[in-house]
Amino acid sequence: MQSFDAIVIGGGTNGMACATRLTKGGKRVLLLDAADRPGGAAIGGDGASGASQMPLAHLLMMLDPRVHAGMDLDQHGFSYAATDLATTALSATGDHLVLEGPAGASLSGSLSDTDRDAWATLRKRLLTYAEALVPFRALTPPRIARKAGNDMLGLAKIGLGLRRLGRDEFREFLRLFLINVADVLEDDLTDERLRGVLAFDAVLGSWLGPRSPNSLLVYLNRLAGEAAGTRAALALPKGGMGTVADAMARSAAASGVTLQSGARVERILIEDDRATGVVLTTGETYRAPTIVSAAGPKQTLLELVGARHLDTGFVRHTRNIRSRGGAAKLHIALTARPDFRGADLATRLVIAPDINAVETAFNATKYGEVPERPVMEIVIPTAHEGAGADDPHLLSAIVQFAPHDPRDGLDKARKQMLANTLGVLEDHAPGIGGLISESELLMPQDIEARYGMAGGNWHHGELSVEQMLFLRPFADVAQYSTPIAGLWLASAGSHPGGGISGAAGWNAAERILSRVAA
Amino acid sequence: MKDLRHHFEAPLRTTAFHERIAAANVLNEWAPWAGYTTATVLEDAETEYTAIRNTASLYDLCPMIKYRITGSGAVDYLNRLTLRDVSRLPVDAVHYTAWCDDQGKLLDDGTLFRLGETEFLLCCQERHLPWLADSAIGFDVSIRDATDEIAGLSLQGPCTAAVLTEAGFDVSALKPFRIARYPFQGSTLTISRTGFTGDLGYELWIEPGLALPLWDRLMEAGSYCGIRTVGSTALNLARIEAGFITTNADFVPADQAVREDRVRSPYEMALDWMIDFGKGHFNGRRALLKERDTQSGEWAFVALDIEGNVAADHAILYDGRDREIGQVTSAAWSPVTKSSIALAHMRRPYDTKAKGGIWAEIYALRELHYVKLMMKAEIVARPFFAPPRRRATPPGRF
Repeated sequence: MQSFDAIVIGGGTNGMACATRLTKGGKRVLLLDAADRPGGAAIGGDGASGASQMPLAHLLMMLDPRVHAGMDLDQHGFSYAATDLATTALSATGDHLVLEGPAGASLSGSLSDTDRDAWATLRKRLLTYAEALVPFRALTPPRIARKAGNDMLGLAKIGLGLRRLGRDEFREFLRLFLINVADVLEDDLTDERLRGVLAFDAVLGSWLGPRSPNSLLVYLNRLAGEAAGTRAALALPKGGMGTVADAMARSAAASGVTLQSGARVERILIEDDRATGVVLTTGETYRAPTIVSAAGPKQTLLELVGARHLDTGFVRHTRNIRSRGGAAKLHIALTARPDFRGADLATRLVIAPDINAVETAFNATKYGEVPERPVMEIVIPTAHEGAGADDPHLLSAIVQFAPHDPRDGLDKARKQMLANTLGVLEDHAPGIGGLISESELLMPQDIEARYGMAGGNWHHGELSVEQMLFLRPFADVAQYSTPIAGLWLASAGSHPGGGISGAAGWNAAERILSRVAA
Repeated sequence: MKDLRHHFEAPLRTTAFHERIAAANVLNEWAPWAGYTTATVLEDAETEYTAIRNTASLYDLCPMIKYRITGSGAVDYLNRLTLRDVSRLPVDAVHYTAWCDDQGKLLDDGTLFRLGETEFLLCCQERHLPWLADSAIGFDVSIRDATDEIAGLSLQGPCTAAVLTEAGFDVSALKPFRIARYPFQGSTLTISRTGFTGDLGYELWIEPGLALPLWDRLMEAGSYCGIRTVGSTALNLARIEAGFITTNADFVPADQAVREDRVRSPYEMALDWMIDFGKGHFNGRRALLKERDTQSGEWAFVALDIEGNVAADHAILYDGRDREIGQVTSAAWSPVTKSSIALAHMRRPYDTKAKGGIWAEIYALRELHYVKLMMKAEIVARPFFAPPRRRATPPGRF
């Protein structure tokens, strides 16, 4: 049997990024993926394959530039169908507001000059703060401990970057750091549509409402992402999100990673307090001195390792990782092009009429209920691939907020969520209901079952200040290593979190290469 | 069920033996222990101590926290929880053990009773149900606080085997740290040869409804030698002589300590002999391995013999150059060894090389005025007092 230096569990974007980086660092790597093809949340068919083949992720905005370049994705079939995607804040009356350029660099639609100026100032400030946080994303989180292996130079640069903000701006940064996004938007802006879309973006994919503390920080994290070399931009890959997964898989294979699909790991072998291999559900055993798990931290530690190999306090921390998913995913096949009252379908469409609409949608989930008027982000991939008005179209939407713990049971909640979502869609695109040929709504629980994300949270653990940076997934394991020698974490549950990014996997690989002797 | 909202009306509960103890408690001296009211002294502490060392004594153990741990995973579970290898503990035997948090710092010590292949009773000073329950994740085991379900009674002293025989329970074959069962009024009396006095002695476990009949039977059987009910003051003196430690007197449990330097590892409390690194993973193992390999323990736990006759409670220890090198945690004038003895934390390496000797700063209260005494102390072996009779089987008849 072939021998490996490292086994990576999980062939999602982080697993593939990690395996490739390790291979490029001279390791012989076996990548095991439970699904029948690698890619995780990026797996998806092309535009023609119907609603049920659509990928979980539908936009690129966090793809790590190190991963993009380091995996030569452009050489492996990856390209953009659209970069710098605009956002349309949909109005039910057709009075849409369009945010063009990265993070709404310019606004078109009816809007007062006061709001235009105020947004320009606020946007600049937020992007400056986000920029200061960018270097953190590529860093192993620092720890306050002797021999923590902190990247002091990198940290010094970040410190200097923050210092450069100047005294007044730094003070403002500290004021805003933990604030809720609603307060900031209400202080500075008056337009309901603009405030609504910004509030929505801040809490997209998190378990926070716009009035929850630290929701602004999550927005800054989003702004710290990039697409096609532009900060805070949104992009669509050509041929659908599936091409990202495919390009990564080809890159991994080309770099020498041995990829095995359909290989579900049942447990990690622990011998003499060291991770020494993995056992598959089929009973097959693979051994390697380094085991990296790109499965979520909860699943990795509690299921694959098992509590008995860990200390009780550590198990408590692991179980207390909060991982509530609040986002449902809607996939619809349409017989013809829908009409959102004239909105440009080649933009990202957001239905979040005002801050309170987002907050109200979040309220319901606290009580295990389905919101009456969910808010959502819509992408119509077929609008970018040249489908005509009478051609079939696909619609992909992230709908918030879905109850992570539905009071009346999952099936009832799913049905209700679909009905309420279609109701909101109908208000904004009259007649869309009649065009639907196929629909699928994935509740957080469905996402958990299909993609193995704890709680259906696509970050493998909520992204909020108490679970960010050196607290992600929690302090003891924030530096990708675990108490079990030879076992490392590399999922989105580790710093810097999720999205189609690969950053966590890449960071983990860098850390492993610097800490494990060749 | 009683309305729990009225719990504040009786902040301290009474034990199954309270009726008898209250009648004997002529001084009416009581103190709380784990939510129960217990006697500190009944009549005279010295006389009570004398009963422990010379005849027979009865001490109410009911408030001691007891957890019943059962299930097919009980051995694995207890091996993960505690320091010693539980698979080596035979059925109907007891061992003294301790457990740690993730950092390898002590949470508590206690006695583990193996009542069956998969049935255990863990007795300790502090409450730990959340910790025990969270430690059970991944194990087929169930844990119940059984403190109220079992009345415990400690019978200690050289005459106790004779008293038990007189009462109809032949314990002559019962070895130290072993358990035997006897029929008693239609129920079962469990007797273990254990105790907290370092003397010959037994602990008796009975259902609470039979507590008073058992008490009466023992008092009657022991009347020939002057059996006496004792309070916690006398017991504390005996346990210091025996060199036993008490949680929250000699160390602060890691989950209760507020100050960073108050927590102690088994190495720092001289309990490292318990640690079995070969049995597989247990709580704190990685931290303790590191402590062993780097010798990073900062404290030593020692027994001191101090000159003079004033108990050195909480004395600060100095070396010959007035450098603070330790703290006394428990101290007493020991009647049986006729010396002033103490248990103490000492900062390493002064436990082995204190230049100019070890000095205890003792404040003796003499008619309203403290007199400061600087007394020379010497590290001695623990226990201070260990009579052969405590282990002799069959026990001698006194």
